[in-house]
Amino acid sequence: MQNRRSFVKAAVLSASIAAIGGLSSSAWAADTIKVGILHSLSGTMAISETALKETALMTIEEINAKGGVLGKKLEPVVVDPASDWPKFAEKARQLLSQDKVAVTFGCWTSVSRKSVLPVYKELNGLLFYPVQYEGEELEKNVFYTGAAPNQQAIPAVEYLMSKEGGSAKRFVLLGTDYVYPRTTNKILRAFLKSKGVADADIMEEYTPFGHSDYQTIIAKIKKFAGEGKKTAVISTINGDSNVPFYKELGNAGLKAKDVPVVAFSVGEEELRGVDAKPLVGHLAAWNYFMSVKNPENDKFIKMYRDWAKKAKLPKADTVVTNDPMEATYVGIHMWAQAVEKAKSTDTDKVIAAMAGQTFKAPSGFTLKMDETNHHLHKPVFIGEIKADGQFNVVWKTKGPIRAQPWSPFIPGNEGKQKL
Amino acid sequence: MKRLLFLISLYLWAGGVAAALDPARLKDLASDDFDVKQAAVATLAAAGDDTDAQRLLKALSEDAVAVAGERLVIVAGDQVLDAATGAAIKPAPANPESINLNNSLRQQVDGALAAVRLLSTDRAERLTAARALLADMGEGAPLLPLFDKALAQEQDREIKPILVQLAAQAALGSPDVARRLQAVRDLAGSGSPAVKALLLPLLDPANEPEEKLRLEAGTAIKAIDARLAWSDTAGQIFTGISLGSILLLAALGLAITYGVMGVINMAHGELLMVGAYSAYAMQALFRAKFPEFVDYYVLAAVPVAFFVAAAVGMLMERTVIRHLYGRPLETLLATWGLSLVLIQAARLLFGAQNVEVANPAWMSGGVQLAENLSLPWNRLVIVAFSGFVLLLVWLMMNKTRLGMFVRAVTQNRPMAGCVGVPTARIDTLAFGIGSGIAGLGGVALSQIANVGPDMGQGYIVDSFMVVVLGGVGQLAGAVWAALGLGIVTKFLEGWAGAVIAKILVLVFIIIFIQKRPQGLFALKGRFVD
Repeated sequence: MQNRRSFVKAAVLSASIAAIGGLSSSAWAADTIKVGILHSLSGTMAISETALKETALMTIEEINAKGGVLGKKLEPVVVDPASDWPKFAEKARQLLSQDKVAVTFGCWTSVSRKSVLPVYKELNGLLFYPVQYEGEELEKNVFYTGAAPNQQAIPAVEYLMSKEGGSAKRFVLLGTDYVYPRTTNKILRAFLKSKGVADADIMEEYTPFGHSDYQTIIAKIKKFAGEGKKTAVISTINGDSNVPFYKELGNAGLKAKDVPVVAFSVGEEELRGVDAKPLVGHLAAWNYFMSVKNPENDKFIKMYRDWAKKAKLPKADTVVTNDPMEATYVGIHMWAQAVEKAKSTDTDKVIAAMAGQTFKAPSGFTLKMDETNHHLHKPVFIGEIKADGQFNVVWKTKGPIRAQPWSPFIPGNEGKQKL
Repeated sequence: MKRLLFLISLYLWAGGVAAALDPARLKDLASDDFDVKQAAVATLAAAGDDTDAQRLLKALSEDAVAVAGERLVIVAGDQVLDAATGAAIKPAPANPESINLNNSLRQQVDGALAAVRLLSTDRAERLTAARALLADMGEGAPLLPLFDKALAQEQDREIKPILVQLAAQAALGSPDVARRLQAVRDLAGSGSPAVKALLLPLLDPANEPEEKLRLEAGTAIKAIDARLAWSDTAGQIFTGISLGSILLLAALGLAITYGVMGVINMAHGELLMVGAYSAYAMQALFRAKFPEFVDYYVLAAVPVAFFVAAAVGMLMERTVIRHLYGRPLETLLATWGLSLVLIQAARLLFGAQNVEVANPAWMSGGVQLAENLSLPWNRLVIVAFSGFVLLLVWLMMNKTRLGMFVRAVTQNRPMAGCVGVPTARIDTLAFGIGSGIAGLGGVALSQIANVGPDMGQGYIVDSFMVVVLGGVGQLAGAVWAALGLGIVTKFLEGWAGAVIAKILVLVFIIIFIQKRPQGLFALKGRFVD
């Protein structure tokens, strides 16, 4: 009871301070700077998010080893919202008003991000979101270090339609039933229509979170693919459902040569849980792959491997890196640079200092935080799954491209293209 | 189009132009430009029956080609071979960087390899090549002369029909009307969706000027559709039975603890989880201690899961549930608490993340019954396993002394006690057996679903649904309810999608329970409630 009362008090207090004085809660920081880490460590999303927590801890340690930020050490505060969306908001509020963190790195699913948004706006916190998402959002308090649709989904579909990618003419849009797949598929449907694909050649299917029986869906895909014209599947399935989906795909003998599946939420980490041999040739689109060869990436991989051994992670000898981990790594470094530039951890000052920050990322490119739209300029890679669960990059952009958080393919966004 | 080009070049080569491997051109295989790379593969494919070219093609399809410095090499185990000549390079260059093909290039390479093998003297090789081409040929028209040649030579009764089919597929684009007509007729006997896809464009006058041919194609498509419809329905029924068997395995344990003993066990899902983790533990044990028998860890996991889950169940019964008999609300709360304890225990022991349980080799892949109907082994095994478990439970309940005691205690506890049945011990044993069966269900689930600490939560609702729908206290009811729910769910999913199907099934159950609270099968007879 005591706890709850002081919690309410603290929330009210910090809210009123933020409202009256315009002061952010981070102004309370003492000799360390607290950094919140808000990732599910249990539940359906743990398969993807646990590695992001580890990456964040590793990066914080790296920065601390070099003397910290503004001469102070960073102090990570890890909470577990357990793949439970309302709990994300609860934990975010705890991070901001009780632990008084200067910044939070967290969330994976869009529904969790939507759930914490009101908290960050109310308490004027700062959130770095490291995962590709559907766009249609631009909040002052959030920096998006993952891809917007034009940095992942659209190039992937263009690749599938190209001669190189197999000239697909029919598309199955398959996703988990929540905001990210629904919005992405809305954008993709509009995009495909603009390319002359008829409605009859698009099939849209959704499954609940944690769905584990993909027999019917695979049978439907087979049938759909059997009606003439090259078919491709675009998967926005999230979380541990991917394991039974790919298992079923392999057992049903649906080969990448016949019906390629391109996934937007499956990376090296998700493939650790599956036997990748039947999946060879299926695709994923990301802004980073572990198999990309450059000195930054070698350093990043080595650092994570060492961290895994030191932190005694399960199966530490086989750990992999992936795109959202890279985005977390880039995000933390950029934030640290912005704090140094602003000479303060004050939310508004850091937001101002973030504009135009650059960082040489493990993807091999120097990424830039856009001056106005809070999104990174990112390169796009398309990879085919190899038998060892790694990706073979078969296509990439020449350089980083600017994000369009407001997709031009959704009606009503015409006026927002400058953002 | 690119395939067409390459095949034309292949055709030209068949006319007698054999190109030797030019090391300078080979370097193009490692190019970053797709068109250059493709042209290089096409040149190579055109030299297909040259042994050097074949070796390189084969290496390409196995991802064994690499670049070492300026040189193209083939990596074969410890050895590094020169790509053009196949001679071993000594000393082997360090860190060759492998070049990988994307899907379309891979298809090109595999097609070239298979086409050459059609003329091989080895029967098995011809058969594999013909089957590979049938499964995956793409644009076949330029290959027609090659197929005709192979067809003229071929005497084997198994290979010949495949070649006829291949030739017919390739002949659909032939300029000769009679040839096209014959091709359409040959294809009408097929049951393959791919053939249907080839015939569909012929219905359009823009693609096929001959009226007669369009009609013939229409008939052929109808014939194929009829065959496809049959296997489609068979496939749907099988997926329904498969889901039903999983529901049954999940619910069978509950049918004993809740159905027969009347304990509302909210921790039932966690007993499934215990079984699944037992399978995981056995897998780890086999990998560490008996790697040669790792494919049989599932067999060992079956008894282990049964006894571990039974032990956990009996412990629960002795310590908590026993004190709450006859107080359903308290049982519900207490077992829910126990479920949280078990979930947290699993998190502490195995970590919060899902663990990987691999299908053994003999449970991977599937058996192909028709062109568009393949039944996965893991599901077939689970259907058989659920039948086996059901038989065990039935034998136990109806043919053993323990089963008789359990039924006696269920029907009239005081009377059973009066005639000397040790009711307390029977309760413990029955609960243990119910839990053990849940453990067996867990082993089956570990083969198709994710294994994690809270996996049980997803099955508890389904399990209760099956038991309540079937009629509390009835094993036969549980069987019918599980199969019925499985098949209905799968048909609804096919029609309305997974999300709507789940909602519809729940609505149906609500209505059903309102109209018929006793379930499908009600217990008849005189007994004390």
